[in-house]
Amino acid sequence: MERKIVIPGTLLGKTDGSKQGRGTFREGENIYSSRLGIAEEKSGYVNVIPLSGVYDPVVGDAVIGVIEEASKMSWMVDIMAPYPAMLRVEEVPWRVEFGETSRFLKTGEVVVVNVLSVNEAKNIEVSMRDKHCRKVEDGVIVKIQPSKVPRVIGKNGSMVSLLRQHTGCWIFIGQNGRIWIKGKDDKMTILIDAIKKIEKEAHTTGLTDKISKFLGDENKSKGD
Amino acid sequence: MELIKDGKRLDGRAPDELRPIKIEAGPLSRADGSCYLEWGGNKVMAAVYGPKEAVPRHIQDSSKAVINAKYNMAAFSVDDRKRPGPDRRSREISKIASEALENVILTEMFPRAMIDVCIEVLDAEAGTRCAGITAAAVALADAGIPMRDIPVACAAGKVDGVVVLDLVGEEDKKGDADLPVAIAPRNEDILLLQMDGHMTPAEFDEALELALKGCREISELQKEALLKKYKTTEGE
Repeated sequence: MERKIVIPGTLLGKTDGSKQGRGTFREGENIYSSRLGIAEEKSGYVNVIPLSGVYDPVVGDAVIGVIEEASKMSWMVDIMAPYPAMLRVEEVPWRVEFGETSRFLKTGEVVVVNVLSVNEAKNIEVSMRDKHCRKVEDGVIVKIQPSKVPRVIGKNGSMVSLLRQHTGCWIFIGQNGRIWIKGKDDKMTILIDAIKKIEKEAHTTGLTDKISKFLGDENKSKGD
Repeated sequence: MELIKDGKRLDGRAPDELRPIKIEAGPLSRADGSCYLEWGGNKVMAAVYGPKEAVPRHIQDSSKAVINAKYNMAAFSVDDRKRPGPDRRSREISKIASEALENVILTEMFPRAMIDVCIEVLDAEAGTRCAGITAAAVALADAGIPMRDIPVACAAGKVDGVVVLDLVGEEDKKGDADLPVAIAPRNEDILLLQMDGHMTPAEFDEALELALKGCREISELQKEALLKKYKTTEGE
């Protein structure tokens, strides 16, 4: 099936030929798109990859969150989902005494966390018990639409390694659309422009080549 | 005053003709989704925020999202300055718009959440509730909200004893009846049906059929507008 932009209510197929995937709904025998996105068929499932929308947390995702509130035994973290996520003291790499949570993480501070669980009522819990989880103390956070994250990573990480090569910056991409970058100031400026360009042209083809050319030109014009 | 002369209306339209409509998806960069719509003399901007956690907490529903549409007319949208702020009319339209949109959005996917829909009427020339719902629907799709369909609204009515489509200001004031209808165009479920004035049952059926015809035409324009947003950047 060719990649096609679809809108809510577009007929995608019948249940006897294909299975109902993400971003779709069923009515009788017909499968329809429920979102504005790109339709594709993968191993029998019809999926719609959204072009816009909020972050929908999935267990195991590495995300970048901002501390909203510190209570006695836990923190509430904004991970750009419709609901705040809870980070319990048992899930951090430090030994935290009761009521001393704000000595470790204060409101407004940025952390890399993993989504630990999401239940039916959409209560989200996150954890810092993984080696890439840490407090963000330097660098810059760039925000993009969560639906554009796969394009910034690219196939098998091709886009992100291209960005690393051309700018020499250190990059961490949160699945929720926050990107943490570290590097020289002028290189970071180029990198932010490149990320914004990917976000804007996320639905086009041949994006990696376009960005490769863009980075080459930018590096040259900055006298490098 | 004659409202219909030689089969033509005040603005020269045939009885079953719509006013010119222009729809643009996503003009606002800070809203999650937005739409600007010009429908004859109506100018409407719709913006969507969310889904986000519902506040105040007591409006939360643990089984589905709450749709919170807010219809507002700008002070400069009518001939005499409109006193700003909510009034009886805007509260009514906010309520009926919320309920019309609620029926197509997959609200059960976002328990405890809220979706804000702001409908701002910048310039009014009758039929703003239909224009508002039509614009809000495009803004919701632009925001990536899961929906069963893109709702669309259009009005029909009776002027000088003739059933007409899409009433303009004078026809609304001096005509006999007004019938705004909102539908989900895929299976033509009715999401909103209001009427003021008088019509015979036969005229009502004729007006409803005419309104549905108008809705189908506008639905195509909505789809075009959404697809166009992503086509334009593709050409670069």
